[in-house]
Amino acid sequence: MESTPTKKTIRDFVFENFLMGLSEDELCDTDSFLEKGIIDSTGVLELVAFVEESFEFDVEDEELVPENFDSVVKLETYIRRKKGGGDGNSAS
Amino acid sequence: MCAICGVLNMNDHEPMKPETVRTMIAMASHRGPDETGVYLDDHVGLGHARLSIIDLAGGSQPMSNEDGTVWVVFNGEIFNYLELRRELISRGHRFKTSSDTETIVHAFEEYGYDCLERFNGQFAFALWDARSREMFLARDRLGIRPLFYTIRNGKLIFGSENKSIGAHPDVSLEIDPVALDQIFTFWVTISPRTVFKDVLEVPPGHYLVVRDGQTRLERYWQLDFPEQGNESARSVEDYAEELRETLIDATRLRLRADVPVGAYLSGGLDSSAITAIIKNHTDAPLITFSIRFENARYDEGGYQDELVKHLDTRHRAVGCSSEDIARVFPDVIRHAEFPILRTAPAPLFMLSQLVRESNIKVVLTGEGADEFLGGYNIFKEAKIRHFWAKYPDSKYRPLLLQKLYPYLAQSPTRARQYWQQFFRTGLEETDLQYYSHMPRWNNTAKLKALFSEDLRSSIGAGDGFSELETILHKDIMKWDPVSRAQYVEVSTFLSGYLLSSQGDRMAMAHSVEGRFPFLDHNVVDMCSRIPAKYKLRGLNEKYVLKRSMEGEIPDCIVRRPKQPYRAPDSPCFLGPNAPEYVRELLSDKALQQSGLFDPAAVARLMRKCERKLGHPLAAKDDMAVVGVLSTQLLHRHFIEEFDKEILQARGTPVKSTVDVDARSATICAG
Repeated sequence: MESTPTKKTIRDFVFENFLMGLSEDELCDTDSFLEKGIIDSTGVLELVAFVEESFEFDVEDEELVPENFDSVVKLETYIRRKKGGGDGNSAS
Repeated sequence: MCAICGVLNMNDHEPMKPETVRTMIAMASHRGPDETGVYLDDHVGLGHARLSIIDLAGGSQPMSNEDGTVWVVFNGEIFNYLELRRELISRGHRFKTSSDTETIVHAFEEYGYDCLERFNGQFAFALWDARSREMFLARDRLGIRPLFYTIRNGKLIFGSENKSIGAHPDVSLEIDPVALDQIFTFWVTISPRTVFKDVLEVPPGHYLVVRDGQTRLERYWQLDFPEQGNESARSVEDYAEELRETLIDATRLRLRADVPVGAYLSGGLDSSAITAIIKNHTDAPLITFSIRFENARYDEGGYQDELVKHLDTRHRAVGCSSEDIARVFPDVIRHAEFPILRTAPAPLFMLSQLVRESNIKVVLTGEGADEFLGGYNIFKEAKIRHFWAKYPDSKYRPLLLQKLYPYLAQSPTRARQYWQQFFRTGLEETDLQYYSHMPRWNNTAKLKALFSEDLRSSIGAGDGFSELETILHKDIMKWDPVSRAQYVEVSTFLSGYLLSSQGDRMAMAHSVEGRFPFLDHNVVDMCSRIPAKYKLRGLNEKYVLKRSMEGEIPDCIVRRPKQPYRAPDSPCFLGPNAPEYVRELLSDKALQQSGLFDPAAVARLMRKCERKLGHPLAAKDDMAVVGVLSTQLLHRHFIEEFDKEILQARGTPVKSTVDVDARSATICAG
């Protein structure tokens, strides 16, 4: 899976703030944050705040769901949809 | 460091009395135990007490220019004095000493008031130009060194500490009710107001010119941030590297002294950065000092030990218990000259004593990093509230506060509604310049319920907010929210409390001079240009500082959770071992004497706190005990019993190193 600037930004933030002690290659882009125990409930909110700040859009409460936030790939897709205009729908 | 004081006849022609100036200086001798000096002429009296640090033999004050027409008394250091001196010599000025003090008179001759922009330092000075009969009072950019003044009976009376001003026969100190209203809201008075009525301070970054009976206040520096969206697009590595270089320069400059220099080592990131720089980038020996708290909740000894080992420093620590804090507290207030809402200055008072006993006069410390690099929780809280305010009814957004205050996560549902309500107050007023500080100020203001009826009516209807608004930057709403919060914190808490009550006064109590590399104006200017996202990266504080110090300090220090410097507060004054003075000062009789607090309300507060001893107290009750007690101590010392202090100072023989009497009466008689 190729890397993109968006994926790198996400990975850097997750690594810096949540992956205490783990090395970067222990996180795959498709790994579930919740299942791997990397991010807890307040961690998700930190991630939301970070995404809002870095990509300059607002996350609605209904969009705050695992389908959009629970892995690097899912998050990148969500961000691309919000920034690219898309159809404005939340979780698929 | 030193103490300065003086009197200027503005409209009055009362002859200058040397005893007056000597008494004023004796009141502040703790700031300058090494020498004293006096200059008198027909219009002015200048006094100085010296803590000799640069040019021990030659740098006595008051000091003059080549022909004795310009005189200065100076408290502080001009760190770039060597460079300034070279430049001034090349422009024809002749120096008699190798002190930094002398650069001030020559720089003034060369550049006038603009000399201030050339000083890299921490300073408060009074410069008397005898030809133009003009007094020039100036203070450094952030208020590291103090400078108070008052105008009574046609005289300008000034000093480094209020004790000196209060010792002048024309001055009778009174507590300003409006000041108490401000302190019990903002923790500080709004500059230029002080806690004493009609006594002002020269605000940080300002100077005062007094001439022909008139005063003129001017600003020469103001903290500034880039407009939101206009931050430069440099990488964080770039900023980290520039920060490192600027900080190394600032540290090197602050090692300039003719005496050994030490450093405080708290175990936190900021002091670790400074000490690591001293170790890795200078030849200075590393002599460090720290506080060890008996109460494990406050102690950072583990991290300190790690650093001492890593940096191989000569280290000494002072143990601090609750009993110690209670014991030194009256002296702490005597030196702070201000009410305080927490006991944090007390261990620092004890620490400077240890430094003095170790024969060290100068220490480098890490103040300023939290303000300028986004270290405080209040910045994170502001960020979270802005995040929440986008969707105030969101179920999820307020939960991010649990990250900041983990104890909230443990609270049951009903309590959760309560704390959410607490943080939700004013949530949507995001266009208030001081939005970030409202929760803290609203909480503190509840303490005013303890004020007496008399105090309330003296305060009257106004609130401090209109005064506060006069000191805010006119462009503050153009900046991002974190920058706004930083500005508010710097212009209130930093100069009004941290650098004064907790900083300068506690160190000077034992004749120790603090120096602050993070407050170097080049470091400050540089940090202000760093985008907020590199200071507070998500909720990771001081990110760019951590990046810049990678490899120089142990990982465990970089990664450790932020622990704000705190000391045990009201429990020190409660329980069966509480000192007698607490009971006496909070008695009905003493409270009625000062007339500031309602005795019934204070009695209720103390009963509640005694009942709950051993259990965590509400933050506001904690602040209330310390606040009421410190104000009572202030009143007792500076209002009720101050004459005793003055008598004692008058009786102290003062042998002056410099004693210049240029009064025409003396010259004629002689």
